[in-house]
Amino acid sequence: MRTKSPPLSDRQFAFVAATAVAAIVPHLGHLPVPLTLLFSLIVVAAWFQRMRTHRVTPALVKLALVAVLPALVVVQYGNVFGREPGAAFACGMLALKLLETATRRDARAVICFSSFVLMSALLFDTGLLFTLALVVPILVLLATLRELETHPDGSAADHAARSPLPSLREAAVSLLIATPLALCAFVFFPRLDAPLWRTPGGDTGRTGMSDTMSPGTIQNLLVDDSPAFRVAFDGARPPAGKLYWRGPVLTDFDGGTWRRRDMPVLAPSEASVQTSGTIVRYEVALEPNDKPWLFALDVPLAAPEGARRTAEFGLIRRAPVTELLRYRVESAIDYRIDAQLSAYQRRVALALPKDFDPRSVALAQGWRRDLGADEAVMRAALALFHDKFFYTLSPPALGRDSIDDFLFSTQRGFCEHYAAAFVFLMRAAGIPARVVTGYQGGYYNSAGDYLLVRQSDAHAWSEVWLAGRGWVRIDPTAAVSPQRIELGAGAAAAAAGASLPWYQSDWVRGLRNQFDLVNRGWNSVIVQFNSLRQQNLLVPLGIPRADYRTLTALLIGTGTLLLLFGALWVMRTPRRRVDALDAAYERLCAKLSRTGVACSPQEGPLDLARRAGDRVARALLADYIGLRYASALPASEDVAGFVRGVRRWRPPASA
Amino acid sequence: MRSAPAARWSRFLALAERRLPALTRMKRVEPLPIVLHRRRIYVVPTRFGLAYSAMLIVMLLGALNYNNNPALLLTCLVGAATYQSIFSGFRTLNRLALRSLKARPCHAGDVLRVSLHFDSASLARRALRMRLEMSAQAAGAPAALFDLSADEGTTVDTELRAPARGWQTIGRIRVWTEFPFGLFHVWSWLHPDFRALVYPRPEANAPPLPAAGSESSAAAMRRSGDEFAMLRDYQTTDPRRLIAWKASARHDRLLVKEFERPQGQEIVLDWRATAGIDSEARLSRLTAWVLRAEATRVQYALVLPHVRVAAGIGSDHAQRCLRELALAPQAGT
Repeated sequence: MRTKSPPLSDRQFAFVAATAVAAIVPHLGHLPVPLTLLFSLIVVAAWFQRMRTHRVTPALVKLALVAVLPALVVVQYGNVFGREPGAAFACGMLALKLLETATRRDARAVICFSSFVLMSALLFDTGLLFTLALVVPILVLLATLRELETHPDGSAADHAARSPLPSLREAAVSLLIATPLALCAFVFFPRLDAPLWRTPGGDTGRTGMSDTMSPGTIQNLLVDDSPAFRVAFDGARPPAGKLYWRGPVLTDFDGGTWRRRDMPVLAPSEASVQTSGTIVRYEVALEPNDKPWLFALDVPLAAPEGARRTAEFGLIRRAPVTELLRYRVESAIDYRIDAQLSAYQRRVALALPKDFDPRSVALAQGWRRDLGADEAVMRAALALFHDKFFYTLSPPALGRDSIDDFLFSTQRGFCEHYAAAFVFLMRAAGIPARVVTGYQGGYYNSAGDYLLVRQSDAHAWSEVWLAGRGWVRIDPTAAVSPQRIELGAGAAAAAAGASLPWYQSDWVRGLRNQFDLVNRGWNSVIVQFNSLRQQNLLVPLGIPRADYRTLTALLIGTGTLLLLFGALWVMRTPRRRVDALDAAYERLCAKLSRTGVACSPQEGPLDLARRAGDRVARALLADYIGLRYASALPASEDVAGFVRGVRRWRPPASA
Repeated sequence: MRSAPAARWSRFLALAERRLPALTRMKRVEPLPIVLHRRRIYVVPTRFGLAYSAMLIVMLLGALNYNNNPALLLTCLVGAATYQSIFSGFRTLNRLALRSLKARPCHAGDVLRVSLHFDSASLARRALRMRLEMSAQAAGAPAALFDLSADEGTTVDTELRAPARGWQTIGRIRVWTEFPFGLFHVWSWLHPDFRALVYPRPEANAPPLPAAGSESSAAAMRRSGDEFAMLRDYQTTDPRRLIAWKASARHDRLLVKEFERPQGQEIVLDWRATAGIDSEARLSRLTAWVLRAEATRVQYALVLPHVRVAAGIGSDHAQRCLRELALAPQAGT
C-alpha cells in the first residue's frame, strides 16, 4: 500500500544539507581541527555528488567511512563514550548521512538526527548568545520540514520565486506561535533531582584552575576571557588590592610541578583562624569547570554547604562542579592563621626536591647567613624581583632547573614564575612557604552590583609562615608589577609594553564587562532553574512546595488551555465580509418577510417591490436597485442614507 | 437476550453517525457543494511524526539528565512548534469546499479525466493532496498535489480507469495534507453525488460503414465530403478540427470550413445490421461507426432495439447517439 518515498528535488536537498550544516556548525567550538576538516570535506562531497555528478556513493565507500569514523574519534579523544567524543561522532554520522540522502525518508532521518545534534551543542555552551544563535538552525530545520511537504520546486504557482526566505519566514511564525506552549512546558516540566545517568570521562576540556602548577598552566587561563565566577557582596566590597580569591594550595614541588598534598585537618579549624576587622559576606555563582574547587575571598571562615575546608583553608567539594553552582561564604580579610605549626606541616612546607636548582639554593642560604632574620630574607628576595625582573605573559622557555633558569638567566615571567621562585627561595632559606593559586581582582559591574572574575584573572601567590604571625600572604608579582594587583593581568601586560590583540583592548573589554550583566541574568533565570527553584515557584500562590504531581498537573492544565486556545482560533468561523449595502438589504428582506413578503433566494429586489405593499419599502427597494446596479461604486453617503432608511423603517403589522 | 448487545451496537452506530459523519457516512453520496468541517476532519500522527516524537523524548531526557536548561528550552521550543503544526494542518482542510466536478465522457477502457473544483473559502491553503479511492486501489496512482490561494479556487485534474460503458461513479475522494511539517496526517473523505458517462469502446477494426441508400461507394462519399464550400462563423457544436485557424486569425473571430454536404447521402447505423456477434461487441461496432460517420461528415441515423435516433450530424448528434449506446440495456440480444 505504502508507496516508495519520493525522491528529493535539488531545492529540497539544498534545504536538507543546510539543516545538517546548521546543526554541525554550533559544535565547531569543541571539535578538533582534523575532524572539522573531515566533516567539511564530507559535506562538500555530498553536495558535489548531488548537484554535479548525480552519482551514488558506492556502498563499500560508505561502509568504509562509517567504520573509519569511530576510529578517528578514538584517535582524537581516546574513546567514543562521553560528551565530547559522542558529540563528535554524532556530527560525523550526520555528515555521512548526507552522502546517501536521496529520498524524503532519508531527509526526515537527517532532520531527526539534526535536532539531536543541535540539542547536544548546548551541553558544551549554555551562554545566552550561543543559545539565542541556535534559533537560526531551528528555523532552517522547520523550513526544511515545510519544503519537504510543499511543492518540490518551491512555490508551484510561481516558479520564479525560488527564494528560501518565505519558508524561513513561515518557520519563524510557527516558532513564535509555539513560544507560549514552549515556555509553559519549560517552566512546569518536572526537573530531576538526581541525574539518571552520568557520562563516563568527565574531562570536557573546560578551563579552570587545577590543583597542579607547572610552567604554562596558568598561562592558558590568562588568555581565556570566559567568566570564572561572579560575586555579589552583601555590604561594601573590599578594596581591589584585597581581592585574593583563594583556590588550591600547592605544597609539594618535584622540580618541575607544584602539587597539592591532601593534609589531614588536625585541630578544629575555627581555632586556627583569628580575625580582626570586618567579616565579608557574599554569594558566589561559580561557572562549571569540572574541578572540585570552590573559590572564596582569602580567608574563608567556614565551608559552604556540601563542601569542606582543607587544612590549607582551601574549599573543596566532593563532586566536580559540572553546572553553575551558587554558594554563600563568609571571609575575613584581616586574619591570622595557623599561629602554631605542627612538625609535619613544617616539614612539608620546607621540603625541596633533591638535586634541583643548586644556584637558587645557594643564593637563599647566602641571604640567610648574611641577613639573619626571616623578614630581611623576604625583603631581599622581593628587592631582587623588583630591581631586575620583568612582567610578561610570554616568557622564554625554562630548562630542567627551572628556578635557576628563571632567577639567573631569563628573569621574565608572570605570577606563577614569581610565586614558585619565591617559595623555593624561602624554603631554601629555611622559612616554611607554599604556593597559593586562585584568582585576583575582578571587574565590578556597577549596573548589576556584582563582581565578575574571569579565567584571565587567574593568579598565583605565596604564603610564608612567620613565627607569631602565622601564614602571611606575600605576592611577589606585586613587587615586579604593581599594576597586576591593582588593574589586572591585561593591564599589567600592556604596561610592560606587550601589545594586546584587539579583542583584549580596553574598549572591547569594557563592552564585554558591561554585557556580562545580561549573561548573569540569563544564568540566574534560565541556566540555574533547577528542581529546587521549580518547587518554590508556586510559593506566591500559597503552595509551599510544588512536587512533581502538582507540576505535572500544572503542565497538563496550562498546556491544554493553550492548545484549546489554538483549537478555538483554528475552528472559528471567520466573520463574513459583507459590504454595508448588502447587509442593509438583508435586513430589509428580513423586515419584509415579517410583513408577510417572504424573500425566496431566486427573487430579486424588483420581484419584492412588486409584492411589497408598503410604500416606504418600495422606495427603499428602488434605492437599493439604484445603488447596487446603477453605479459600480455607489457614493458612501448614499449608502449610509440607505442603511439609515432601512433601520428607521418600521414594517406595518402583517395583515 | 442476544438482542441486547445488538441493540446497544445499533445505538452506538446511531451515535457515531450523529457525531462522526465522515466515519459512518463514508459510503453515502452527498450533494455538492461539500464543505469540510471539524466533525469530518481527522488527524493522526504520521510515522515520521511518531519517530520525531521519540527523538524529542530522547532530547528531553538528555536535557533533564544534565539539568541543562537551555537544551530543555530548545527541546520545548521545537516540540511546541512541531506539535502546534496540528493546527496548521487542520486549518488547511477546514472549510475547504468541493464546488463542482466535471468529467469529459470517454470510451470504456480509456482513462476518465475528472476535474474537481475546490473553493478556498478566502484562506490560502498549501500542500493539499487528493486521490480517488478507486484509482488508488487499482494501482498506486500518485496523489494530486495542489495549493489554493486565498482569493480563488483551483481545479484539480485526476484520472480514473473507465472499465465499462454506462454511468461510472467516481467513488470516494480522499483529501489530505501533512502540511506543514509532515508530522500529522489530516484527512477527510468526500463522496460527491457524481457520475460520468462512459461510451462503449469503439471496435478496433470495424467493417466499413453500411451503404447509404442506393449509392454504395464510400470513396464517393469521402470525395464529396471533402469538397470545400465556404467559411462560416464557428458554433459551439462544431468539431475543432474544422476550424480554419489561418482564416480565423485574419478575421479576428473563429471561422469554420463548411464542406459540401450532398443531399440524400444518409446512412442508417442499424443494430440489426450487426447481428452475429454478442451484444457488447455490436455496441462497440456501432460506436466505431458513429465516430467514423462523424469524421467523414456523413449524416447518419442510429437504430437500437429500444430507441431510434433520427439522422443528423455534428457533435450534439454524435453525443446523443453515443449516450444511447452507452446506456443501452445490457441483456437484449
